[in-house]
Amino acid sequence: MSHTPHTVVSVRVYVTIFVLLMVFTGLTVLAGYQDFGFANTVIALSIAVTKASLVVLFFMGVRHNTPLTKVVVIAGFFWLFILFGLGMSDYLTRPWIGVPGR
Amino acid sequence: MADASTPLGKGSGGSPAGPLPAAPHGIAVAEPTHAHHPKLQHHFYSMEQQLEASILAMWVFLVTEIMFFGGLFMAYIVYRTMYPQAWLDGSAALNVPLGAVNTMVLICSSLTMVLAVRAAQVGSRRGQVVNLILTILFGTTFLVVKYFEYSNKFEHHLVPGPHFSTQYLVEHLGRTGADPYTTQLFFSLYFIMTGIHAAHMVVGIGLMSVILFMAWRGRFTPDYYGPIEVSGLYWHFVDIVWIFLFPLLYLLGLHGGHGA
Amino acid sequence: MHDTAKDRQSYLDAPYGVAAWLLTRDHKRIAMLYLISITIMFALGGFFATLVRVELLTPRGDILTADLYNKAFTLHGVIMVFFFLVPSVPATLGNFLIPIMCGTKDLAFPRINLLSWYLYVIGALITLGVIASGGLDTGWTFYTPYSTIGSQTPVTAAALGVFVAGFSSILTGFNFIVTVHRMRAPGLTWFRLPLFVWANYATSLVMILGTPVVAITVLLVGFERTLGLGVFDPKLGGDPVLFQHLFWFYSHPAVYIMILPGMGVISELVAGMARKQIFGYSFVAFSSLAIAILGFLVWGHHLFVSSQSIYAGMVFSIISMLVAVPSAVKTFNWTVTMYKGSVSWESPTYWVVGFVGLFLIGGLTGLFLATLGLDVHLTDTYFVVAHFHYIMVGGAIMAFMGGLHFWWPKMTGRLYPDGWGKASAILVFAGFNLTFGPQFILGYMGMPRRYYAYPDEWQVLNVLSTAGASILGAGYLLTFCYLTWSLFKGERASDNPWGVTGLEWQTTSPPPTFNFHTDPIVTEPAYHYKQVPERETTTIG
Repeated sequence: MSHTPHTVVSVRVYVTIFVLLMVFTGLTVLAGYQDFGFANTVIALSIAVTKASLVVLFFMGVRHNTPLTKVVVIAGFFWLFILFGLGMSDYLTRPWIGVPGR
Repeated sequence: MADASTPLGKGSGGSPAGPLPAAPHGIAVAEPTHAHHPKLQHHFYSMEQQLEASILAMWVFLVTEIMFFGGLFMAYIVYRTMYPQAWLDGSAALNVPLGAVNTMVLICSSLTMVLAVRAAQVGSRRGQVVNLILTILFGTTFLVVKYFEYSNKFEHHLVPGPHFSTQYLVEHLGRTGADPYTTQLFFSLYFIMTGIHAAHMVVGIGLMSVILFMAWRGRFTPDYYGPIEVSGLYWHFVDIVWIFLFPLLYLLGLHGGHGA
Repeated sequence: MHDTAKDRQSYLDAPYGVAAWLLTRDHKRIAMLYLISITIMFALGGFFATLVRVELLTPRGDILTADLYNKAFTLHGVIMVFFFLVPSVPATLGNFLIPIMCGTKDLAFPRINLLSWYLYVIGALITLGVIASGGLDTGWTFYTPYSTIGSQTPVTAAALGVFVAGFSSILTGFNFIVTVHRMRAPGLTWFRLPLFVWANYATSLVMILGTPVVAITVLLVGFERTLGLGVFDPKLGGDPVLFQHLFWFYSHPAVYIMILPGMGVISELVAGMARKQIFGYSFVAFSSLAIAILGFLVWGHHLFVSSQSIYAGMVFSIISMLVAVPSAVKTFNWTVTMYKGSVSWESPTYWVVGFVGLFLIGGLTGLFLATLGLDVHLTDTYFVVAHFHYIMVGGAIMAFMGGLHFWWPKMTGRLYPDGWGKASAILVFAGFNLTFGPQFILGYMGMPRRYYAYPDEWQVLNVLSTAGASILGAGYLLTFCYLTWSLFKGERASDNPWGVTGLEWQTTSPPPTFNFHTDPIVTEPAYHYKQVPERETTTIG
């Protein structure tokens, strides 16, 4: 076990991630001005997830962190999907049954 | 769980090895062998255990933040599914260039934030102070831009309530079909989501000011930099929330005009 | 071993003074502060319950107007749920015992622990302010649109009180999680932890993952009332049922915040009072986690008669039934542990047996309500009221009382009269069944909850219920009296009056400020009874 549990990452890595984040921001705006129909949201969200992953893994240091931290991060997002998934299971199936007057 | 094999996580450095004196019910006693770092609190065994505990604590706190914003995103998803056109119409009133600039400002602040933490890890006081000041400045810039965006919405009567009007959407943005009720729902969520995000920014700037003061006093060393690291985690989290808010709120309105 | 006076000095001894207590960072003192605060809130919640029960003695509204009745049951619910049940076991027994059971000097963040108590007090004071300014009439569930558009009572302030109290419970949970992960004594692996720690760990997960959602939800209600930012406003196209989704995403798991720590208490008590390794340790441990996780997947069963899609209702109904599996695992394991154990019939045992019986009834009637079709008939009737009181009062409070009787000698260093302990357990058990048993029948016959008047033919059952409530109240009052008496006049407790295993019984009674005179190292699993340990002579009784 090293003395400091957290590896000191080189400035070069941080700057690379920074440049990537900037490029992705530009990309999402550019993509926003094009109309891909249904894919608009998919593209925007994919880029956002990529950016967020870069921040979590590199800036927040999860890449070098303990497995426990990784479990905590994954659990956080998993619970978010429980909320969204089961919540939307209501809203998306409401139209299935023919309620008169709707 | 993840660290089931090592009872103290990575922090068991202080526990002694060797045969243990027998005691009733299989519980042996050990002489306290604390490493006496001045920043080590009495109830931790080692500095590593203390740092690991604070980092885990911040991550657990961030999970609560994820769920806190999660409730808002849930409302967003439900209403966007119900009223897609209101989302396209309302979003058209948001200023994409300003939103994009603010995204970049926050990314800059995240870079200076990690550089400040790194400066603490390598023991550079100057690096911490400079980077923390830059972080605070970027954060303030974000809030100033947000202020101008908000006042613009007030001028155009786009704040939900009795004075809400779709006139601006209809006359200036060509959103002739904008629904006066459901677009209010969009703006309610816009103000609440960005407002709570901005409140987190304000808290973050306050936190950074305290950290800046501590860094300026030379409180952080390569052995002890927990506070600056965990505050950094918070700052990045607030950045991530914006990374999602920007496309979800701002970029929709580029499409879906009634004329187009 | 600890002969000199200095060695015997406990956390209660020094430093004295109000400031030393109010600014303490000692988890044991904070637990005591919590114990006092929740007792006050319990008495207040009990007062409003009394109003409700007395009003229901007769079919007409006699004592309370409809308005006052609304306020009485609302305040009873708000106080009991947010200010008594949620913090009851975790913030008192959990706060006191988890660091000791983990063999550490304190929780990971002592100052945050103190902050959590202050947030609780602030939340409670806000709620008291709401009572003083006329009360609240939305029901403890704050359902929209009544809470946002209809109610003329201070809903925003009440929501703020709940919001603040929510953060208090988040901080407690967060402290427990970090402590269990990072602070365990050398040798104390996960599978050597007492089951009480497992249960509180699972509870903490629920607190961490659920509470923020209800926090943002009540905040949205507050925004809608004060700023007009209508997220649930039907006029704008908002969906009030979305409020119910978000509210129950927390508030259903919150039921497990209330009962899981109680289950942990029962696991300790069963093993301790039967002097036996708990049957199926890992099953009991993992069933706590299973309940915590499954608890997040079932909230839709509160929305069966709302506009929720019937297909979602089916899914929620099936998952709700699954919660019965880990609950049954626990119940079977407790029963099997007691079977052929050397059970000693002292006060805690009485509370344990009471718990198992009442929890069984509460759990099984929960299956009725999880059944989609049957629930349409039973929704918002007294059947539901009886069901959740069997879990919350028959389960959570019985367990809390049992735990209090078990660890009281450790916490205070005093013994209470065992005979009175048994008497109050019997009194509470009998009074409880008389109170809520008839409500199952009332509910099945269709008596709706939250009404202050009812048809004449239901009077007999309602009178029975009120009579039971007075016995129940007497039982609690009795407990309060002899426990308080014991603080001053009770016999001094030995370090291990029950003759059981566990780190908390290795230290002095009451424990010293840093819990142990020497840092413990654990070499054996929990409840390791090689042979029945000899009872010490200073046993209660």
